[in-house]
Amino acid sequence: MSRRRHSDEGDAGSQPHKRRRTSEPIEIEDRLESLICRVGEKSTSSLESNLEGLAGVLEADLPNYKGKILRILCAVARLLPEKLTVYTTLVGLLNARNYNFGGEFVEAMIRQLKETLKSNLYSEALYLVRFLSDLVNCHVIAAPSMVAMFENFVSVTQEEDIPQVRSDWYVYAVLSSLPWVGKELYEKKDVEMDRLFNQIEGYLKQRQKTHVPMLQVWTAEKPHPQEEYLDCLWAQVQKLKKDRWQERHILRPYIAFDSVLCEALQHNLPPFTPPAHSDDAVYPMPHVVFRMFDYTDAPEGPVMPGSHSVERFVIEENLHCIIKSHWRERKTCAAQLLSYPGKNKIPLNYHIVEVIFGELFQLPSPPHIDVMYTALLIELCKLQPGSLPQVLAQATEMMYMRLDTMNTICIDRLINWFSHHLSNFQFRWSWDDWADCLTQDIEKPKPKFVKEVLEKCMRLSYHQRIVDIVPPSFSALIPANPVCSYKYEEETECPLPGLAMATTVSNAIKNRASNEEILIVLKDVPNPNQDDDDDEGDGFNPLKIEVFLQTLLHLAAKSFSHSFSALAKFHEVLKNLTDSDEGKLHILRVLYEFWRNHPQMISVLVDKLIRTQIVDCAAVANWIFSPEMAHDFTRFYVWEILHSTIRKMNKHVQKIQKELDEAKEKLEKQQNKKVEKQIFLTAETLLFKPHIREHKDDMEKNSEDEEGQLEEQIERLQEKVESAQSEQKNLFLVIFQRFIMLLTEHLVRCETSGIDINTTWYKNCIERLQQIFLMHHVIIQQYMGTLENLLFTAELDHHILAVYQQFCALQL
Amino acid sequence: MSIKLNALFSDSYVDISQYRDQHFKGNRYEQEKLLKQSCTLYVGNLSFYTTEEQVHELFSKSGDVKRIIIGLDKVKKTACGFCFVEYYTRADAENAMRFINGTRLDDRIIRTDWDAGFKEGRQFGRGKSGGQVRDEYRQDYDPARGGYGKLVQKS
Repeated sequence: MSRRRHSDEGDAGSQPHKRRRTSEPIEIEDRLESLICRVGEKSTSSLESNLEGLAGVLEADLPNYKGKILRILCAVARLLPEKLTVYTTLVGLLNARNYNFGGEFVEAMIRQLKETLKSNLYSEALYLVRFLSDLVNCHVIAAPSMVAMFENFVSVTQEEDIPQVRSDWYVYAVLSSLPWVGKELYEKKDVEMDRLFNQIEGYLKQRQKTHVPMLQVWTAEKPHPQEEYLDCLWAQVQKLKKDRWQERHILRPYIAFDSVLCEALQHNLPPFTPPAHSDDAVYPMPHVVFRMFDYTDAPEGPVMPGSHSVERFVIEENLHCIIKSHWRERKTCAAQLLSYPGKNKIPLNYHIVEVIFGELFQLPSPPHIDVMYTALLIELCKLQPGSLPQVLAQATEMMYMRLDTMNTICIDRLINWFSHHLSNFQFRWSWDDWADCLTQDIEKPKPKFVKEVLEKCMRLSYHQRIVDIVPPSFSALIPANPVCSYKYEEETECPLPGLAMATTVSNAIKNRASNEEILIVLKDVPNPNQDDDDDEGDGFNPLKIEVFLQTLLHLAAKSFSHSFSALAKFHEVLKNLTDSDEGKLHILRVLYEFWRNHPQMISVLVDKLIRTQIVDCAAVANWIFSPEMAHDFTRFYVWEILHSTIRKMNKHVQKIQKELDEAKEKLEKQQNKKVEKQIFLTAETLLFKPHIREHKDDMEKNSEDEEGQLEEQIERLQEKVESAQSEQKNLFLVIFQRFIMLLTEHLVRCETSGIDINTTWYKNCIERLQQIFLMHHVIIQQYMGTLENLLFTAELDHHILAVYQQFCALQL
Repeated sequence: MSIKLNALFSDSYVDISQYRDQHFKGNRYEQEKLLKQSCTLYVGNLSFYTTEEQVHELFSKSGDVKRIIIGLDKVKKTACGFCFVEYYTRADAENAMRFINGTRLDDRIIRTDWDAGFKEGRQFGRGKSGGQVRDEYRQDYDPARGGYGKLVQKS
């Protein structure tokens, strides 16, 4: 009988049961946390008086709650970077009142910095570095010691045989702190800072930038170049330096306390050596700075800071941090974004929209799930109904205008966002403004975009709705009515082979035939492919598959649930029919033929077929690249299916790996217990406990059996994992191989006919190849050797090889 | 090193609501336990005409949907304005609570809530007339939900 404490029993809530007395320590700690976290929020008193008051409270609580206060302050430094200067001021005030506390805080911060770096928490480490640097402004840390830390950071660029992303991070950490502390450091240590600058400049000049094209949202340089993030920041810091470090955007509460703070004694940062590089270090990937607006876009009101101004950097950083802190609660997030301090001096709505789309379009992946951004933009529209919807419309219009050079992956996300957004606003849009797309070839980016948007809008509503919302001139872009195409409709001029069989099968199913009965009926279907020596008739028979599946799908066409039930009910028949690879491919072909007007249905059925193991992932990949699918090859739904298939494969491998790990853990625990038991049994028998002696053999045998079973299970799981990993690798190889074949064909054909390779189809295809690399980069990293030796060899056309090389450059 | 700062990073959209299924077989504690680990959502305020396909499209935005069960009028066996959406993982269901709850489907603001898990029979409305209870007593006219409430219709 386990000993349970009263507080565990029957307590429905997640809070541990607390008896509340007014000065209970837990209460006070919660209150401290609340006070510290909430300082700086909207209040009737000024920020300065709130900080002053809080500093007094904390100082008084130091004797009893120092540890807790230290931990809370370290946490806000790490987790609330958008309120950086509020908390550095607070620490400054505390340091002025209690020098020892200041010292302990700095030490705790350094410990925390070391831990975050070791744990690959690079964005948090960045905020800590920035916090420390702002503490110089608050007279907590002496400027020379901060410069020394920066020098150690920059010296990482001299390390040999390290990935570029490692030295990148340390340089970024220095540069991104300078908007806050550049002035102060330059005033105190200009010679050293100049030297640092030169080193950084030298480093940036020789950096590899192969990865940049793969991460850009637009391929065009105009109107806004998509700059690599370090290049952009360097330009911004250089401009700031030229402006003598005059920066007017950052809120600096410590200025009001200057007289108090400059009396304080400063601490020296202990010498900080960046932790050495290790193989399991995962540095942040490089990124490209997303820009879509400049000062010409905001019609009236405050001017948007230029792309190389440090204000732009600070605003964007803070907005990203707010989203990072509050993404789970969209109302709070929207409110926090809209109450950005200093909002009256900038066109805030434009900044917010730009930052949000920047995240949504970020390559390889957005920081948060796509649908969050849709929900957030809707909340923002609710809070600012008079201004934000217009900015959003303007942004949408701009992005439409620039579709020709937009990365296909980003277009996908734009399609998803726009259609979902419209569905929340009765699909109201000025489609006529986009009438220019009607005169273009339907495969061109603009008409293609409109077509895909309308298809997605239809999925969220119904066909007639789409017909109603667009002008009649757009009829060519309206999606097909999602009805099925049953080839065995009765009474045609030339009855198809299999028509009679289809009727038989249909009746059998309606009469609740079993799987065996259906298989017997199907035995009579002639095989158009059959050689005379194939006696059994069990080989691949395309007609059998067509007759059965078309009929089944037709009977179940009413809804997804009907179709899922049908597939489940006749699983055995389907398994039988798809025993071979050809069978698997053919079932997908038949499915496509039947539901070609309803891509959504195709997607969900392919998903079910994989999950019920009627087809495997490689079959889906081969089907997508087959000549029959060439017509739909550039359609969005096809790539959704492929990526969903790859994700299922990845999750499957993860799942079995987890089962294996759990089984291994269990075995280890068993073995430990066994050792304990042995010791216990020996001790007991020594003390003459006869009943234990009797049972000793039984107990030993039981535990051996258990162990044996576990070991067997582990062996089986090990095999399963290996087989799954091999299937996964094979899937990627198939996909890459097919891409290479298709692209090479195109390039050769263009070369021999003397036409430009850059057709619409080519741009789409090569970006789809890029997408495979980007969306699944973690898995693909494992295959680099094979890819390089087998597929992406030097003999390959350089256009295709470039994609591979850019991918390799992402984690240099 | 890591303290959670409960004061700040709340995730209130994911919290369980006050609703408890009166037909649930088990006590309050058991129901709440299931709600807190559930991958199934109840979805309410649907139009009677909203299809499984539309629900699937919308709810797939937060993750792979395992199953959708459209709520039916117990008598007529037609859709009566609610459904269950089951995900493969809890995380995907949580994202639906955060980003799909309170947004529109078929022009209506839909509401999602945790469900202890689908059981046969729960797909039927529990109102006296066969639909949902809320459609028995409401006074307003809602063309997408059969017009006036049943009580109003009878009078």
